[in-house]
Amino acid sequence: MSSYSVAEPSGAQKLVAGALVILYACITSLPLLWIIATGFKSPSDAIAYPPKVIFEPTVEGYVNLFTTRTRMPQEQLDALGPPQTWYDKIVRKDGVIITGASRFAGRFYNSVIIGFGSTALCIVLGTAAAYAFSRFKVPFKDDLLFFILSTRMMPPIAVAIPIFLMFRQLGLSDTHAGLILLYTAVNLSLSVWLLKGFIDEIPVEYEEAALIDGYTRFQAFYKVVLPQAATGIASTAIFCLIFAWNEYAFAVLLTSGTAQTAPPFIPTIIGVSGQDWPAVAAGATIFLVPVMVFTILLRKHLLRGITFGAVRK
Amino acid sequence: MLQSQIDRIARATPPALAARVRGLSDRAIAWLFVAPSILLLLAINIFPLIWTIRLSFTNYRVNRPNQALEFIGLQNYTRILTDSDIWLSMQATAHFLIWTIALQVLIGFSLAYLINKKFRGNNLWTTIIVLPMMLSPAVVGNFWTFLYQPQIGLFNYAVSFVSGISPSSFSMIGSTTLAPWAIVIVDTWMWTPFVMLICLAGLRSIPTSIYEAAECDRASNWRQFWTITFPMVLPFLMLAVLFRGIENFKMFDLVVQLTGGGPGSITELTSINLKRAAFEQWRTGYASAYAVILFVTVFGLASIYVKALNKVKQR
Repeated sequence: MSSYSVAEPSGAQKLVAGALVILYACITSLPLLWIIATGFKSPSDAIAYPPKVIFEPTVEGYVNLFTTRTRMPQEQLDALGPPQTWYDKIVRKDGVIITGASRFAGRFYNSVIIGFGSTALCIVLGTAAAYAFSRFKVPFKDDLLFFILSTRMMPPIAVAIPIFLMFRQLGLSDTHAGLILLYTAVNLSLSVWLLKGFIDEIPVEYEEAALIDGYTRFQAFYKVVLPQAATGIASTAIFCLIFAWNEYAFAVLLTSGTAQTAPPFIPTIIGVSGQDWPAVAAGATIFLVPVMVFTILLRKHLLRGITFGAVRK
Repeated sequence: MLQSQIDRIARATPPALAARVRGLSDRAIAWLFVAPSILLLLAINIFPLIWTIRLSFTNYRVNRPNQALEFIGLQNYTRILTDSDIWLSMQATAHFLIWTIALQVLIGFSLAYLINKKFRGNNLWTTIIVLPMMLSPAVVGNFWTFLYQPQIGLFNYAVSFVSGISPSSFSMIGSTTLAPWAIVIVDTWMWTPFVMLICLAGLRSIPTSIYEAAECDRASNWRQFWTITFPMVLPFLMLAVLFRGIENFKMFDLVVQLTGGGPGSITELTSINLKRAAFEQWRTGYASAYAVILFVTVFGLASIYVKALNKVKQR
């Protein structure tokens, strides 16, 4: 009995717990796997009954996602001669030809600019404010901190009307800058509160030592505090990015052409009859990849971030 | 790499500016660091809010800018509070809110409890469970209309596989009795991992020495759960409920793509209703009053709740 520990669950308990969690994980990942699989199905396989688990994979959905196509009568298709490229070949068998690039690539590019741009801005502003709140005597500190938090409770639609009017007035509607500023403002409360928690934990003595060594405040900030706060910054960045990357309500109301992000665009992908599900699924899959990679790389910090730094490890 | 860049920038800074920056007092630095955030929040959160409140007392319509602006007092408010359609959408929101939170707390806490048994590979499975959270709610809503399709939809097929009901005999988003549950299922699928993560953080914050002490006193597992585990996770669980509550009160993207508020207006949550008034009927003044009512409601409920949360924390 020497190795017995109450904190360590017994083997049988672990087995049951593990089995139940794995069962849940399998069921819950079915819709996600279905999205990924549908992206590689042909349109007819995607709507087959019973739903097809085994199918011949094709990248038709991905080709459809990135192109616009038009239907042509068979005799005209024959007159065109053999298809020139591999993607031409894939769509040609459905009796259509590719007429150009779709707007998906542009929408994705907008998402990258706006998502990462607002995350970066939010981290810069948030770190500075959090450092000041953590280290200096700011007048009305508690009031200002509560004010920052309360902006999080505001429903987006409640401020959408005046923001819509304001952006129109300032020429910010349908621009990258407009959405970056907006998403930064929405995420700022989260970022300040999270980062303040992390910076509070860094001992003040480090900076004091640096100041005595002749560093200025700024040098002490970026040479001593910033490297120490790196994990906190990483976990804050995940949450800012997930929000900005996936946001829909503001994007659909405030953008239409030039600065529209991918979330309002993907559900509008239409095929010959109704929605082109393989193309929608392909879009959803591609769109998931950057944020998933980012999260998996930084997953160790996820748990700390989600609880406002309440858990150390 | 970064260090050398910073040095280069520092060297490139003109001496006069560098001297000025170096000469700043702590107080000046504090303001320099805080001001941009406060200004941005004032410009993009507070100013629009005040503007909304002002508009809510007028008959303003964005699509008729030349119409004379008229202050009509509380007319917008009385019209909203006596409108039976709006009470129906409040009810739809309440149904959605209560059931999603109940299910997510129940499943999320159970999962966290099981994962905390630290079986082999628990990190990998946690990462897999968390994945739905990373998706865009609008895209999720859109794709679930495909999974919910009678006959060809995966969901209907799975239900018929388990229960034997014909997959084409029911439509989750076409039926008025099933549609409110269709949105609850998708939201629960997507956001249970969030509640789970917070509960897991709570469970991991409990020091093992407490359990060891309880074991010495021969407290049963059941008793340990109710006197140690549950009370210590409760503040975390309540935090999760607060976040999910605020988010789901504002719910728009997922449901608008999934059901569009239909069939009829059975799943028309308040945000969808508000968006229709503001951006389809262009009744700006009326919609502003509606927005103010929603904001006051969520703010009021949240502050009562935060008080309760602080009481639990102090115990």
